[in-house]
Amino acid sequence: MNVFLDAISLLTTTDSNLLSIVGLSLWVSLIAVFFATLIGIPLGAATSLYEFRGRQFLIVLLNALMGLPPVVVGLIVYLLLSRSGPFGVLGLLFSPTAMIIAQTILIIPIIAALSRQIIDHLWIEYSEQLLSLGATSYRRMKTLIWDGRFSLLTAVLAGFGRAIAEVGAVMIVGGNIDHVTRVMTTSITLEVSRGNLALALGLGIVLITLSLSINAIAYLLKEFAESRQI
Amino acid sequence: MILKSIPILSLNNVCYEASGKQLIKKLSCQFMAGPRCVIIGPNGAGKSILLKLCHRLLNPSQGHIQWYDEKGNKSNSIINQAMVFQRPVMLRRTAAANVDYALSLRGLNKIQRKARTEEVLKLTGLTHLGHFSARVLSFGEQQKLALARAWALRPKILFLDEPTASLDPSATFEIEKVINAIHNSGTQIIMTTHDLAQAKRLADEVLFLHRGQILENSLASTFFAGPTNKFAQAFLKGDLLVWDQKEVKIQGR
Amino acid sequence: MSKFLNFIIFFFSIVLIVLSISSKAQSNDYITIASTTSTRDSGLFGAILPIFTKSSGIRVRVIAAGTGQAIKIAENGDADVLFVHHKESEQSFINAGFGVKRYDVMYNDFVVIGPNEDPAEISGFNDVVKAFIKIAKTRSVFLSRGDDSGTYKKEQSLWLAGGIDASKYLGSWYRKTGSGMGATLNIANAMNGYSLADRGTWLAFKNKKQLKVLVEGDPRLHNSYGAILVNPKRHPHVKSEAGQKLINWLISKEGQNSIKAFEINGKKLFKSYLN
Repeated sequence: MNVFLDAISLLTTTDSNLLSIVGLSLWVSLIAVFFATLIGIPLGAATSLYEFRGRQFLIVLLNALMGLPPVVVGLIVYLLLSRSGPFGVLGLLFSPTAMIIAQTILIIPIIAALSRQIIDHLWIEYSEQLLSLGATSYRRMKTLIWDGRFSLLTAVLAGFGRAIAEVGAVMIVGGNIDHVTRVMTTSITLEVSRGNLALALGLGIVLITLSLSINAIAYLLKEFAESRQI
Repeated sequence: MILKSIPILSLNNVCYEASGKQLIKKLSCQFMAGPRCVIIGPNGAGKSILLKLCHRLLNPSQGHIQWYDEKGNKSNSIINQAMVFQRPVMLRRTAAANVDYALSLRGLNKIQRKARTEEVLKLTGLTHLGHFSARVLSFGEQQKLALARAWALRPKILFLDEPTASLDPSATFEIEKVINAIHNSGTQIIMTTHDLAQAKRLADEVLFLHRGQILENSLASTFFAGPTNKFAQAFLKGDLLVWDQKEVKIQGR
Repeated sequence: MSKFLNFIIFFFSIVLIVLSISSKAQSNDYITIASTTSTRDSGLFGAILPIFTKSSGIRVRVIAAGTGQAIKIAENGDADVLFVHHKESEQSFINAGFGVKRYDVMYNDFVVIGPNEDPAEISGFNDVVKAFIKIAKTRSVFLSRGDDSGTYKKEQSLWLAGGIDASKYLGSWYRKTGSGMGATLNIANAMNGYSLADRGTWLAFKNKKQLKVLVEGDPRLHNSYGAILVNPKRHPHVKSEAGQKLINWLISKEGQNSIKAFEINGKKLFKSYLN
């Protein structure tokens, strides 16, 4: 119990560093979720609605990649962005951009696999009517994505949850550099390795609270929109 | 004025099989332009399947379906059709937007879509509900909206699969009014129902379907006066047509 | 709706482009140094680097990893300066053409830490190898870094000197954490075990609980830190000028003084080579 109390008190006395760490965590994960959504939702929807060779394989692959270990993604992205790697000239390693790239790759499968499942369900409900009206595959995709927007939001939140909580990828490609690439999860790791368990726990509480808040906001927004039938 | 009988749709020895079962067995018939055609029969007769075959939602396992253009010539291009299902499927948007959506699929521009949407909403008495989300409408209103959406497409043929099965009498009355209006505007009506009273109210022509076969096809007046087929007679009387592997038994009082 | 979406995509693309441009624009006023977690965990960098930045205007980004990983990062050209504490590895690094020259920067020592109860009874030993032999004999729990760090390599050399093949006892009393010094100390704490730590990390470590220093002072526990500029001939993009400025500053009077001045709870962590 002591550790918890220490944690809270440490947080209240800590410097503006905490704010910049929280800010960077949000920045990296939100942008990663944005791009992963842009790619993941159409990918999942297309997998659900289009017929093509290897479709079953892709479904299995996406489901499997949901469990992609963050540290493995981090390692692969490091090898790609390293100066000795193919994209070294971009000089992106150890920057927030590298972290965004790694997290985007990490959560695309989550959003895609969940979207595919959601669109599958929607298709059962809508298929006859859409076929009757003569919607092309492309139109069906657009329509179902829009109509399923509330359910798809859950998929997006799942992706965000994974991103904000992971440490393996951002540690390797970001380097946990003070004031540059230090986020909440890497900070916690750092403080644990320094033996600063109380502070680490405090940061952990902040992270969980943050995640809870974002999910709560999303839930309220969804309820509001649904009640107004937007 | 004598209307020449023009065919609009014909089926030739059409079979439909699913899960190893023959659901439609060597069915042949022809639909002519003009009369409101009602397909009746017990549940499981294959009415919905027949409709979906005609609407191209399903493909026959055997046999051939032929569509005809306005002049009655065989046509291989897509004929303008629409279908209304037992449960209306509305998108998560306003009522008017749902109609607009269907029109956008047909390639109409914004002005045309707006005009036609307003037109059908007025004709179906839904104008005051146009800007509401379609999903907050009552079931009956949603079904009317489905009809409006189909009507906006100005289809040659309108298929209706048990459109009022889930509705109360006043909603049913409203729907039947719209169906008649659509018929009067020149659209061919082909619908299914298991409600004999509704068939009596709406049908000009009756098809009796049982276990994937047309057992009787005649004018409504003839049919309701006294059908020739024994199963049709039993059905009209109100008996249950029960079947096992071998035969159909009539279960009466 | 689609117009709105198009706008969002457009907006964020602009944001991303601006971000990458701005990061490029700042590229000249920072250098990257690959160092060890031990050094970072001691808190040294936080204390002395701001002084360097103030006088030179060059900001320093510290990537801290195990010695092995830090060297790999430098070999890949992902850092400008390498700052670790294992002379042999550093020499190989230079011999392979990845580094220019090794400069002695500072030194301290390793300490053997262990539980208060000291079941192996090694407290106060002057001979660290004898202490290690005693630990093996009493089969006392020993936590090894088990990574490629300088600390691990030092530990291996001590077992070797005592004629002990510790890997034979893996899983019984000899345990490899595969982690940094801090994590290893946490585990030693929890398991009431012995470990070899660099004094810097040890002094800064806040979760000591039952652990204390049991053996120190043996000359074999000497721990030397060296800085090497990554070879621009091998990796042309390396910021050699700024990197060399950092190295020069580290061995300069100002740099050495700031290293000497760094202390935790009145204890000095690192000693300067400059006298």
